[in-house]
Amino acid sequence: MINTVTESSAAPILSVRDLKTYFFPDEGTVKAVDGASFDLLPRTTLGIVGESGCGKSVAARSILRIVERPGRIVGGAILLQQNGSQVDLAQLDPQSQEMRQIRGGDIGLVFQEPMTSFSPVHTVGNQIVETIRLHHPVSTQEARERAIAAFRSVGIPKPERRIDEFAFELSGGLRQRAMIAMALSCGPRILIADEPTTALDVTTQAQILDLLRSLQEREGMTIILITHNLGVVAEMCETVVVMYLGRVVEEGPADAIFHNAKHPYTQALLRSIPSIHSTARAELPTIAGSIPHPYNRPAGCPFHPRCPDFMPGTCDKAEPGLTVVGDGQAVSCFLYDRT
Amino acid sequence: MTEPTVRPGAVVDEEVALLPSVAEERISVATQWQLMWWRFKKHRLAMLSTVIVFLFYLVVVFADFLAYSDPLASEAQRSLLPPHRIHWFDEGRFAPHVYGLTGKRDPATFKRVYTPDPEKKIPVRFFARGFEYRVFGLIPMDRHLIGVEGATAEETLFLLGTDEQGRDLWSRLMYGTQTSLIIGLVGVSLSLILGVFLGGISGLYGGVLDTIIQRVIEILRSIPTIPLWMGLAAALPNDWTVIQIYFAITIIISLIGWTELARVVRGRFLSLRQEDFVMAAELCGCGQMRIIFTHLVPSFLSHIIAATTLAIPAMIISETSLSFLGLGLRPPAISWGVLLQQAQNIQALAISPWLLIPSIPVTIVILAFNFMGDGLRDAADPYGQ
Amino acid sequence: MLAYLVRRLILAILTTWAVSVLSFVVIQLPPGDYITSYIAQMSSSGSFVSEQEANALRQQYGLDQPQYIQYIRWMKMVLQGNFGMALEYGRPVAEVIGDRIYLTMVVSVAAIIFTWCAALPIGVYSAVRQYSWGDYVATFIGFIGLAVPSFMLALILMYFGFTLFNANIGGLFSDEFAEAPWTLAKLWDLTKHLPLPALILGLAGTAQLIRIMRANLLDELGKPYVVTARARGLSEGRLIIKYPVRVALNPFASTIGYLLPYVVSGSIIVSLVLSLPTVGPLLLKSLVAQDMFLAGTIVLLLGVMTVIGTFISDLLLMWIDPRIRFEGRQ
Ligand SMILES: Nc1ncnc2c1ncn2[C@@H]1O[C@H](COP(=O)(O)OP(=O)(O)O)[C@@H](O)[C@H]1O
Ligand code: SF4
Ligand SMILES: [Mg+2]
Repeated sequence: MINTVTESSAAPILSVRDLKTYFFPDEGTVKAVDGASFDLLPRTTLGIVGESGCGKSVAARSILRIVERPGRIVGGAILLQQNGSQVDLAQLDPQSQEMRQIRGGDIGLVFQEPMTSFSPVHTVGNQIVETIRLHHPVSTQEARERAIAAFRSVGIPKPERRIDEFAFELSGGLRQRAMIAMALSCGPRILIADEPTTALDVTTQAQILDLLRSLQEREGMTIILITHNLGVVAEMCETVVVMYLGRVVEEGPADAIFHNAKHPYTQALLRSIPSIHSTARAELPTIAGSIPHPYNRPAGCPFHPRCPDFMPGTCDKAEPGLTVVGDGQAVSCFLYDRT
Repeated sequence: MTEPTVRPGAVVDEEVALLPSVAEERISVATQWQLMWWRFKKHRLAMLSTVIVFLFYLVVVFADFLAYSDPLASEAQRSLLPPHRIHWFDEGRFAPHVYGLTGKRDPATFKRVYTPDPEKKIPVRFFARGFEYRVFGLIPMDRHLIGVEGATAEETLFLLGTDEQGRDLWSRLMYGTQTSLIIGLVGVSLSLILGVFLGGISGLYGGVLDTIIQRVIEILRSIPTIPLWMGLAAALPNDWTVIQIYFAITIIISLIGWTELARVVRGRFLSLRQEDFVMAAELCGCGQMRIIFTHLVPSFLSHIIAATTLAIPAMIISETSLSFLGLGLRPPAISWGVLLQQAQNIQALAISPWLLIPSIPVTIVILAFNFMGDGLRDAADPYGQ
Repeated sequence: MLAYLVRRLILAILTTWAVSVLSFVVIQLPPGDYITSYIAQMSSSGSFVSEQEANALRQQYGLDQPQYIQYIRWMKMVLQGNFGMALEYGRPVAEVIGDRIYLTMVVSVAAIIFTWCAALPIGVYSAVRQYSWGDYVATFIGFIGLAVPSFMLALILMYFGFTLFNANIGGLFSDEFAEAPWTLAKLWDLTKHLPLPALILGLAGTAQLIRIMRANLLDELGKPYVVTARARGLSEGRLIIKYPVRVALNPFASTIGYLLPYVVSGSIIVSLVLSLPTVGPLLLKSLVAQDMFLAGTIVLLLGVMTVIGTFISDLLLMWIDPRIRFEGRQ
């Protein structure tokens, strides 16, 4: 495995090495994430893109160790930088005190569906206060103050009142803001946003993205932004990881990816952007064929049945490895693999 | 189907295109049922239960053959005899027999006590002659699966003992099974008619009718109904014949299960009304009736079958309960409830626990119907709802 | 919230009305009328009622009027607390029923409390430890509850109580309290006798609720808010109790609406087997004797009590489920 992007001299705050997360339902094995590697540099936004079902969410859940049964991490490392030392999250017991402190404390998660991400029978404030008190030894009153402050910082008007409302009483945009406030309430170093704008209308999408950007600038937050929308990535990210069927097919600085994409899949993705502010609906209509069923993953390069540059005898025989092709850019495709 | 648009030269193509699509439809309908069968087969417990239910209905059909003595023949002498044990071998030879009972009067209590007497071997025969009956109500016959020939009051067989009137419990159980299971089946059929009719109206026409029917169902489900059915059953005139009572009780019992069936039918109608193919059929100008019979009925038949199967246990329990209370079938009719009525007296039960035996088939049948229904439902709707 | 409340209230009133009509039908069903039965009763005890006397009585009771007028008259009587005479006993119906209606409710409520207390933890366990050993045991108990009608369960337990412990496990009171006036000691005696009938009556419902709880919880366990809670660092145990169990509790609480009629129905038959001093044995006796005012009143009271119980549970549901409380506010 070739080592990947090192754009600046700063050491990565989180690096994922050859992560493999498989599901074992009765019917067979689903290799949801199959050997993904990437580095997250502090104070940057890393975009993970790919069509639905390519393993983005599972990768995010693997980092937090909340992959549900019958799924499990079967290999690789998730190295988190912590006060000078390094912990491998993949080795921790998901139920352990240490892992629970990291969840919500060091790494916050924002979900696609803000409506169902809050309990329908508890006020949003209740859940935020709970999170704060879980990670900090403060009184309920103090936690409430902090929750209100978090609400204010994500731009929710009348935070003192909103905090006592239920998720179904808030509008879609406010709900997602509340969700972000909850993820940020304990001051995590990393925020993972899994399709944070997919369920929102276009105007609200733009507002939420603005909010994330300003958070990063203001607080120096490190963000992993998961999306299937390249337009969003172009607006937000410094670094991009392109996933296909559980593997990283290309990664590199956003500029390189957008202007000098190497992998046929990335190129196809780029062609499918209708405009920068594309709507959530458009799921890459221009790529020929569709994602294969997870049980019958193609032999060789997983993209070969859909690839315009498919080379018979090569691409369907072996799997290409990641090859460095430029400054911080790496691609996994036989077109560039010289070995 | 729509009239093909008349475009000279294109007509032939359209016809060619139409033919396979009809054939395809047939295939896909067939595979639909086939898929369900495959899914059902995977459900082991449901398969086993289906076999058990089938066996029970064999008992229903051949009750006369399986019984070996007249279920109504009472004999005070034989009151509350314990079950016989069959001895299969006699000195190494296969010769099934039971020991005769010798009755002695206890000098202290003056009660007759019976003890098995190993000296008195009563041979048990297969396909033995016994009381006369008619197979399927037509063909006269006097053979029974087992029996002892030339039985006298003291030399006969009691596989499951006797009741207070000295009637053979095994034979009565066969007839009880027949009655209870038939009532369950007929009751559920009546329920189904009622449920499909009202649920269908409700789901198909909607509006005020739907609201009224829904409220009636809701009300019926929110009051304790057993006292009501008890009231109805108790009002049946005393001078009615066994047959009349039989029918009346079946009707009363069918009133119990229809609400759930109506709910299922209505739900199916509502969801199917949204389906594209009905819309398509409507657009094509198919009559309402045709829509119902060619599109709706087959597609929800499977759900109805499952719901019906699941409704049968409630019917059986109701009959058993009512008869147990003495408000349902009345002697000389025999049903599981009537048989269990004898176990009501705790003193009698304590000295003759075999009176509780009828509760075993009740339990097995209820379980079997439930598993079978569950399996059918899962097969009809693998994603559940 | 108001809309919900009004809807439930209207339904409760409609149901009460339906119950009253059905009870009236039960009273009217047997051939002949009250007076005919009365005359039969009198002559069987040796007295003689003349035709004139009979007609006078008919007029007095309004039996010569059309049915709906009779219904209204009966309702008027009932609303004044006058349920008529119980023929067989020669005493007012209210007096004959006495405590029995309350005891019926006590037994039913005890059965429901048992049902909840048993079904909640077992259901949660079954869902969280799906396909575990304990899950299978719970499933097995569920099948027993499903397949054994409550009166049969009562019979079987009576039999074992009698043969193994030589004890009569029936009744709600020890002998010394059966006829005694209400005291704390009697109340305690009642409490000691309640668990068994509660278990017998509650088992079938428990089986159903375990299935409901298990299915609901399995549903909820996959919801995003559970994943979010996990991602916030909650421990598994605390998370499950606070979120999915709490959410799954709502459909659970609403089951009282059908559990109550079910249990009340069951109590009638079980009371007979266990000789519980509820209205069950009284209802049966009155039906057999065609003592229709008594029978009709019992049906009416059972129905009304069930409606009230269901309405209370609706209020409870509103209190615990914000989604209902805020319904229509947006
Ligand atoms: N609980 C599960 N059981 C089985 N397979 C799963 C499960 N969750 C996800 N997967 C599989 O993992 C793959 C990746 O899913 P996901 O990470 O959600 O995709 P996305 O990139 O759209 O977020 C999919 O093929 C999906 O089928
Ligand atoms: S390896 Fe071959 S099939 Fe795969 S992307 Fe490159 S060219 Fe296409
Ligand atoms: Mg996803």
